Amino acid sequence: MYRYDEFDHDFVKARVAEFSDQVERRLAGEITEDQFRPLRLMNGVYLQLHAYMLRIAVPYGTMNSKQMRMLSHIARKYDKGYGHFTTRQNIQFNWPALSDIPAILADLASVEMHAIQTSGNCIRNVTADHFAGAAADEAADPRPYAEILRQWSSVHPEFSYLPRKFKIAVTGAERDRAAIQTHDIGLHLKKNETGELGFAVYIGGGQGRTPMVAKKIRDFLPEEHLLSYTTAILRVYNLYGRRDNKYKARIKILVHETGVDEIVRQVEAEWQALKDGELKLPEADVAAIQSYFAPPALKPRPEGDEVIKLARLDSRSFGEWLDQNVFTHCNPDYAAVTISLKGIGEVPGDATDSQMEAVADIAEQYGFDEIRVSHEQNLILPHVARADLKAVYDALVAIELATANSNLISDIIACPGLDYCALANARSIPVAQEISRRFASLERQRDIGELKLKISGCINACGHHHVGHIGILGVEKKGAELYQVTLGGSADEHTSVGEIIGRGFGPEEITDAIETIVETYLQIRLDRSEKFLDAYRRVGPAPFKEALYASEAKAA
Amino acid sequence: MKILTANRLTDGEAVWFSTDGNWAETIDVAATVYDKAGEARLEAIGKAAYDNNEVVDVNLIDVSVVDGAIHPLRLREVIRAAGPTNRLDLGKQARPAAGAA
Repeated sequence: MYRYDEFDHDFVKARVAEFSDQVERRLAGEITEDQFRPLRLMNGVYLQLHAYMLRIAVPYGTMNSKQMRMLSHIARKYDKGYGHFTTRQNIQFNWPALSDIPAILADLASVEMHAIQTSGNCIRNVTADHFAGAAADEAADPRPYAEILRQWSSVHPEFSYLPRKFKIAVTGAERDRAAIQTHDIGLHLKKNETGELGFAVYIGGGQGRTPMVAKKIRDFLPEEHLLSYTTAILRVYNLYGRRDNKYKARIKILVHETGVDEIVRQVEAEWQALKDGELKLPEADVAAIQSYFAPPALKPRPEGDEVIKLARLDSRSFGEWLDQNVFTHCNPDYAAVTISLKGIGEVPGDATDSQMEAVADIAEQYGFDEIRVSHEQNLILPHVARADLKAVYDALVAIELATANSNLISDIIACPGLDYCALANARSIPVAQEISRRFASLERQRDIGELKLKISGCINACGHHHVGHIGILGVEKKGAELYQVTLGGSADEHTSVGEIIGRGFGPEEITDAIETIVETYLQIRLDRSEKFLDAYRRVGPAPFKEALYASEAKAA
Repeated sequence: MKILTANRLTDGEAVWFSTDGNWAETIDVAATVYDKAGEARLEAIGKAAYDNNEVVDVNLIDVSVVDGAIHPLRLREVIRAAGPTNRLDLGKQARPAAGAA
């Protein structure tokens, strides 16, 4: 894992001191809310419906047990005993007092964490594949490059006041688990035919009110040019991105309105002036950062197969968890584990202080002290010996985090929605909870197979509904909540934006509608191997529309 | 009919301007106004409290009174007045007095 150097320590310490002073001056009435708002946002502090909200960065979703214990401590001491893991691989606390935030930031700094650039029109937390450094299918670990981007983008003087926020994601595998094509810049780390590392570069993806799939503008950018090329993209965006209308200010709009060819021409022209300058990555520096992310010393543990065989015979539920929540590791004696934060009827992404503490213990004992946050709002133990999986499972059962539903219909992404968020128009969490309860049977969920359901409580799309196989968007219509359904979205290497299926549904109708959609899929699929998304792409919306709305059409 | 609401600067707590001239932590004692003059009076109070760094995010909101109890018209304000609908153990609704007639 990356460890702070002296510069990082001093920088974060200085920022905590600076913001503590700003909070003090605000509380003393020396600065106004208008002056303070941009300062608090730069430090991750929002004002929501019930209280302030603090968003803490978890760079590329990677942390150690000490850091997780600190999050648990903050939840217990300053908040209401829980935290909410987000789609940006961060964590949010929903109830901190403004007057406590300096103390929280000081506590975070003691474990090399902070809340810098988790808001504002700057480069946000760089996200990465949550199985990075562990997945059997990756060309290389993308996190060293995410870290290079983090260092480069932290309080970058040129890019701290962009037209709008800017999000970068990196994956190191062909199978995209980081949703790179929904980002302002998506980077796919890969090897060329001679084995050199570089990136396929995508720009202009995004969700929100104008969803766009990113365009690939480079098939292979040699790794040494990562920062020079990224700078060229940011410069073109910073110069030409719209500042007159916040809804048209993201790079996706610039790319769309200017045209990809012209944007590429501008980026390449800018890059020509930069590529051989100081931004060219020195090999030694890349190697130094890579060394921070060196995989742990994984001792041979060949007894795993035998241990698992016996444990399966002993416990059917362990077998189900193994089939669903355990992912293939690059070392055959090991596995990556998804800890579902989607217990049936629970709030997607929420974990209590005691659960966080227990996960830290498990990671320390069995997981080489490493924990990840996935953008799908789960936690990951990237390196667990297969021989220890039963022990890990038992420990997760004890804290009620052993739900075997990874990638199934109850593994729902949901934004906080109107229960917390000042921007929301409708609730998301109760909808997610009711759908989860409706499909509580694991047997039924497994029969349905992979199905990514994503819910947002407003068009800002924090719940990624546009790219859900089934997406739900909550809106306010005539003072009441209404839920629009989209089908066919996807955030993988074949990213697509879902299509609105028809009129929306009231809160009391939406779960039935989802069930109708799922039942329709079960009837039309060729066999169990044809997943929901594949079936939808084969047949299109017609049978789903028919099932949802035919009776109305006849009645009319 | 309208009432005045905001969040307290120090801790973000949702508050309502009350009949006794203070910012209350529950909606039940909010001062209601029925006409433009009343709204203007509340707006002036809100602006003064904002300028005085007592509260932030000040808003006049629509309510109705049913059987003597104040009910916000928008769901957003209902949730602010009670707490998250999925966690009845949090927010105003979790207070001992909440729900009492």
